[in-house]
Amino acid sequence: MTRLSPARIALYVISALVLVYLILPVLIIAPISFSSARFLTFPPPSFSTRWYQQYFSNSAWMQATRVTLTVALLTVVIATPLGVAAAYAISQSKLRIMRVIHIALLLPLVVPIIITAIGIFFVYAKVGLVATMPGLVLANVMLGLPYVVISVLAGMQSFDPAQEMVARSLGMNRLRSFFAVTLPQIKSSVIAGGIFAFISAMDETIVALFISGGQYQPLTKRMFTALRDEIDPTIAAISTLMTAASFMLVLLASTRQKGSG
Amino acid sequence: MLALVSPALLVILLLIVLPVGWLAWQSIYHDGFTLENYRRVFTEDIYWRSFALTFEISLAVTIIALLLGYPVAYLANSLPKGWSILILSLVVLPFWTSVLVRAYAWLALLQRTGVINQFLRYLDVISEPLALVHNTFGTVVATVHILLPFMVLPLYATMQKIPGDLMLAGASLGASPSLTFVRVFLPLSLPGVLAGCTMVFVLCLGFYITPELLGGGRTVMVSMLVSRNVELYNQFGAASAVAVVLLASVLLIFFVVSRVISLDRILGQK
Repeated sequence: MTRLSPARIALYVISALVLVYLILPVLIIAPISFSSARFLTFPPPSFSTRWYQQYFSNSAWMQATRVTLTVALLTVVIATPLGVAAAYAISQSKLRIMRVIHIALLLPLVVPIIITAIGIFFVYAKVGLVATMPGLVLANVMLGLPYVVISVLAGMQSFDPAQEMVARSLGMNRLRSFFAVTLPQIKSSVIAGGIFAFISAMDETIVALFISGGQYQPLTKRMFTALRDEIDPTIAAISTLMTAASFMLVLLASTRQKGSG
Repeated sequence: MLALVSPALLVILLLIVLPVGWLAWQSIYHDGFTLENYRRVFTEDIYWRSFALTFEISLAVTIIALLLGYPVAYLANSLPKGWSILILSLVVLPFWTSVLVRAYAWLALLQRTGVINQFLRYLDVISEPLALVHNTFGTVVATVHILLPFMVLPLYATMQKIPGDLMLAGASLGASPSLTFVRVFLPLSLPGVLAGCTMVFVLCLGFYITPELLGGGRTVMVSMLVSRNVELYNQFGAASAVAVVLLASVLLIFFVVSRVISLDRILGQK
């Protein structure tokens, strides 16, 4: 296999091209965001931070950013404990119904998001949750749950439940033994799950398009609306910041996951 | 144990099961039971044309993603650990960039005054900008980009489980590398192909952001039909019926495929 056959060379070339195709769009936004040009020109005529200034000095963008960060944080705070409790129960229980529940918790990944979005919109319209903060947070908790459940279930697989039994036989109750014995060992997968839920809430667009409004519009909804009208490099600046934030969080999550086997 | 899952389950029931149930109800009930909405979906031109277009685009996206993803997964599988981790990281990197941001990036790359057109004009390859976006082409390019990781990851996971000894055995019996690939490796990787294709196809059926932003209003996929019926025309019943038919298609595909390979295998990679 060490000799480079023509087929092998073709494999390298094709794979390299595919990887460029995957990476290029992610990398192209940053130079655009630092360009001084009003319209897209490449290569950028000169370096400028005007689009970042535009973003940080615009009150509508700032309000949207606050909404996004608040929603994402609240989503993590609510979805993480719910997801951990559910994953713990699914992995420890022998009940048949747990298999059904497990699949139910993964539904947000299976149902096309556009369907979820209009369904939630109709329900929210009946109960007055459209264009409200609680409505936005609840929807994102639902969308973030699968990430926490998947991550924690993976973490529980390498955990030996006998350890918790030992703690309980020594007189700890179930809750205390969970916090003292189990949680420290699955901590990294819990943190990773929480981070993924945060990113999911930060990037979520389609549900927000239908159910958010007024002063409670997240960044993605404003970006989407702006993109339909014209291409403003301010979007490039925001996109660059969002991408940087995502990458740092993923890096954090992956070093966390490696930390404990 | 049931008490521990109930809060999470409640969220799922209230925010996805109930809303989807509501859609189903709304599609057949409007001041009495009616199948009018479904009659429209199945007989009116714009509806079934949109469904046909969506299935065509999804099929094209799936095939292209397989053709692009298979070599990458194969290479990652055949290289030493460090290299394969690097390749897989590059594959999942875009995954963690917002779909919206990537749609914007493709607009920036593909539009008339975009990076690619300017570059080609600079090289004097073209004199007039190519129409790369605001059409089906742009939609497919960006959609494949977004869905490619869903193809590569299950492919790679399946290839990892194919014992390298089998290839050596094939070679020792006198088969050429290409013959061992076709007769041994390729058949054994088929479960991964099926898992990846299912995931990509199903996700593509419901795609909204890329056709909306990059399709230029001409590529009306089913998801756009749903959103327009809600936002522009207030046709809630029709929108619900379209959504139900779309969801039924998705579930049917999952059901059929799950007879062949386990559902965990399809959903396992995220």
